[in-house]
Amino acid sequence: MLELRDSVVVLSAGLLLVGCGAGDSAGGGGEAAAAGEETAAAAAAVDPTTVGTISGRIAFEGTPPAGTPIDMSEEPTCAAKHPGGARTEEVVVDGSGGLKNVFVYIKEGLSGGPYPPPAGSPVLDQNGCLYEPHVLGLRVGQSLTIRNSDGLLHNINAKPTANRTFNISQPTKMETTRSFAVPEVMIPVECDVHGWMRAYIGVVDHPYFAVSAADGTFQIANVPPGTYTIETWHERYGTQTVQVTVAAQQTADVQVTYREQMAQNAVVPLGQPIHLHDHPAGAAAGGR
Amino acid sequence: MNWSLPENVSTFGAQVDSIYYLILGITAVIFFAVEALLVYFIIRYRHREGRKAAHIHGNTRAEVIWTLIPFLIVLFLAFRSRAVWMEVKDPARVPPGALELRVAAKQFEWNVTYPGPDERLGTADDFVRRGQLRIPVNRPVRVTLASEDVIHSFFLPEFRVKQDAVPGMEIPVWFQATRTGEFTLGCAELCGLGHYRMRGTVTVYTAEEFDAWQREQSRAGLAAAN
Amino acid sequence: MSTMAIPQAGAHAVHRDERPFIRKYIFSTDHKIIGIQFLLMSLLFLLVGGLLALTMRWQLAWPGRPIPGGAILPDTMAPDGIMLPEFYNSLVTMHGTFMIFFAIMPLLVGVFANYLIPLQIGAPDMAFPRLNMMSFWTAVPAGILMIASFFVEGGAAAAGWTSYAPLSAVPEYSGVSTGQELWCLSLIILGFSSLMGAVNYITTVVNMRAPGMTWFRLPLPVWALFITAILVLLAIPILTGALILLFFDQVLGTGFYLPERGGQPLLWQHLFWFFGHPEVYILILPAMGMASEIIANGARKPVFGYHAMVIAICAIAFLGWIVWGHHMFQSGMNPMLGSTFMVTTMIIAVPSAIKTFNWLATLWRGDIHLTVPMLHALAFVAMFVIGGLSGVFMASTPVDIYIHDTYFIVAHIHYVLFGGSLFSIFGAITYWFPKMFGRMMHVGLGKVHFFLTFIFYNLTFFPMHQLGLGGMMRRLYDPTQYAHLQPLQELNQFVTINALLLGAAQLLFVANFVWSMFRGKRAEMNPWRANSLEWSVPSPPPHGNFAVTPIVYRGPYEYSSPESDEDYLPQDRPPAGRPAPAPDLVPAH
Repeated sequence: MLELRDSVVVLSAGLLLVGCGAGDSAGGGGEAAAAGEETAAAAAAVDPTTVGTISGRIAFEGTPPAGTPIDMSEEPTCAAKHPGGARTEEVVVDGSGGLKNVFVYIKEGLSGGPYPPPAGSPVLDQNGCLYEPHVLGLRVGQSLTIRNSDGLLHNINAKPTANRTFNISQPTKMETTRSFAVPEVMIPVECDVHGWMRAYIGVVDHPYFAVSAADGTFQIANVPPGTYTIETWHERYGTQTVQVTVAAQQTADVQVTYREQMAQNAVVPLGQPIHLHDHPAGAAAGGR
Repeated sequence: MNWSLPENVSTFGAQVDSIYYLILGITAVIFFAVEALLVYFIIRYRHREGRKAAHIHGNTRAEVIWTLIPFLIVLFLAFRSRAVWMEVKDPARVPPGALELRVAAKQFEWNVTYPGPDERLGTADDFVRRGQLRIPVNRPVRVTLASEDVIHSFFLPEFRVKQDAVPGMEIPVWFQATRTGEFTLGCAELCGLGHYRMRGTVTVYTAEEFDAWQREQSRAGLAAAN
Repeated sequence: MSTMAIPQAGAHAVHRDERPFIRKYIFSTDHKIIGIQFLLMSLLFLLVGGLLALTMRWQLAWPGRPIPGGAILPDTMAPDGIMLPEFYNSLVTMHGTFMIFFAIMPLLVGVFANYLIPLQIGAPDMAFPRLNMMSFWTAVPAGILMIASFFVEGGAAAAGWTSYAPLSAVPEYSGVSTGQELWCLSLIILGFSSLMGAVNYITTVVNMRAPGMTWFRLPLPVWALFITAILVLLAIPILTGALILLFFDQVLGTGFYLPERGGQPLLWQHLFWFFGHPEVYILILPAMGMASEIIANGARKPVFGYHAMVIAICAIAFLGWIVWGHHMFQSGMNPMLGSTFMVTTMIIAVPSAIKTFNWLATLWRGDIHLTVPMLHALAFVAMFVIGGLSGVFMASTPVDIYIHDTYFIVAHIHYVLFGGSLFSIFGAITYWFPKMFGRMMHVGLGKVHFFLTFIFYNLTFFPMHQLGLGGMMRRLYDPTQYAHLQPLQELNQFVTINALLLGAAQLLFVANFVWSMFRGKRAEMNPWRANSLEWSVPSPPPHGNFAVTPIVYRGPYEYSSPESDEDYLPQDRPPAGRPAPAPDLVPAH
């Protein structure tokens, strides 16, 4: 039953020479394989005595745009949680120029595992009609706890392209768990009740990822020695890659700088509120 | 049972209500007559031993009468309804001097675009309010209704206004408030899991209050953009 | 076609039935068995549909409070028994879908068209018995698919039984993908089942009437079912076409209903309601026909204005095709079109009024026996009057602005489909039960069930008019979210309590049905002293129905005729001094 759509698409594609379902049907097959890899992982594969650390900082050059003020007057419960008024969190830069909410992960160079199994269940909290955190990293198959701390209706509309989409609701204070079957950077998550609410989830099939903190710093620990391609992702300023070599028991330093002009790489177009009139092109219509 | 409609605060609402009460009156008479007759017949002609029912197959004159009378009644109702309907819905009949707003529905929000002090949509002083429809009293308001995803229905119960918002269409809706106050804006068409939360507030201001509010909001919006 | 071949066929058919069990009861081609199969299936769906409605009502009365016994539901429906909005939407959708497509429609068309048409026209079976069997066995997988959709990822369809696109077409909008696709598939399959039935009913009525059974000697249920079958034949393909386009939008990425891909959401509504309004009459015409039959029988009096009744059925069926736009007054359709549809919609009230007055006139100077079927038929008339009159409100375009998509509409549809169709169905089941199963249903239980149903039905649905007038929208998961609806919350609770009692009362019917099937009083051939042909054969009739093809001498409603000492005169009883059929009585084709 669950694979109905896929089979119908493949069937119809064959009949009508429409190729639109190819990516979709691949998703179904990959799930089982990826999950198997994860559970078979043995911690011993990575020698704990030789691992190193990647740490660094994401800097921002230029004048960061101020977030758009959010009109929460129709949701008094949420408005009360932001006495100074809330703003959207596309670009958060601290006094020292550190850029928050950049997803950093090893894109290439890993031997392919096995890796230690994912521990715990990261929380995506909906608090004060905002997602906390705004950017989140997750392992393939790892359980994501979605929490509603507001006690009013939120819906969680995840719009991945490689994974299965889901759109579920939380009408009251509650928790729900979900997971993603294949790697995908990044998966936008939206609440349609509160159009300004948006989070991004980076799903990778290894444990070597981080999200930059308020001062722009990040740290990826227990990395086996080797040379890697690191990718950094920011919703407005796009992606950058750097090469880094990790030596045993050493800390490799990575410095990445985003500039104001990079806004053309934006995941979300600049200059308009992200929520009001546009769903990202194609995502809502979801070509199947 | 309370058969009265809630308070009406729009100009054409009174006419809508009068048609409702007219139909209520006519149907109530028919309802009581038919049900009373039914009950009366059931009691009056209940089975008694030794009685045989009349052997009657019909009566053409009776058929003609009870065909013609309902026919005339419904035609009369249709005729009366049509005039009010066209006044409410005909885009050509929006009174002049209306305040132009744009309402974009999306899951699960009503986003109202105000024209700002220049009273023209599509200019820099426009601003958007989520779920807040604020209008001046005693002035026609013309809303251009659009939807970004699914079908919603723009429902102002106290104004006797309901119009589906259909993606791909821009549908004009007009109304004119007769008093100030706070009223309901709701979604009347199932639009997804947040349908029941797709609500907003209608605030009717005096003309002066509205102008002041719009000026202030517009200025704040321009300041934030710069 | 020669009807002269029929008597031989009939005579041959009645011999000892030695077919194996599976051919006799499972893959049977006997119209009576197929009718009973449809009966059991659709009663099951009626129960399930009712249970969904009660679950829904619980949430409306006490939003956010755990459903009693709801802990068995999975977290995707009701974590800790607290219903989720998406599950509520699935309940709304599946309640409507089950009731309309899998309960009321098969109860009327599948059950009674199958069971009654051959028996009442004096035919040994349907024109195409194998097609008839296929019709049932096509409906079964459709039902299984629909039920299965609750258990797939994302849950069952949640876009309402009207399935308005784009909500129904794009999974990201509704949160439901597979369920929405299964909904389409199931209804497409069910459509084929209905079409096979319709072709069969039409052919049978046209070609297989017994000698002397002229068109205007047909019992009214046959007339109603015949016209209904024509509606089904013409309307279902439109739905099937619309569903196929919707299915393509869902799985192939076409955009027939999606503006961003060049489509038009209103196209779905036009297609759906072009089917949907004739569908409404599919759901009420047979009920009217059967109620007429029962009322004439219960009043021991000919149906008043038989011809007017037939003409009214035909008029409703015809006008039913040109009123669909009244579902779309507020859809953004050109308001001029709204005016036009208002006129046609107003006019369709006339034939309904004609029928009501004729029912009343049938009772006038009758000799009314308040049997259980008669009670249901009288309730049908009383409730149909309410449903019909409330229809005038929404036919009026300006009034519809306010009440469209509110509980006023919910009240209206339930007064027509429950108060109308379902009361008639209860009456018809009780009336023809002895013919179907050879046993009478229990009268005491039947009366208790009737009165409880009648009372709680009205206490459930009548206040919904007021909810609608108070501005309560349909399909709201939690009405208390709106300040203007909070004063109505007590009324919502009142409705729910009565709905629960109404649901409980139906257990009496189930008990009566099952008990009577095995333990009921044995039925004689003609327990209701009725005139139509099915009462001149044993209860239950043998395979092939009639030992000798009956010859029809008169209409079906010659109750209390001066020609007879009794208060009834069967259609096939030869008139005094006329032992043999005259050749001119053979129906002309």
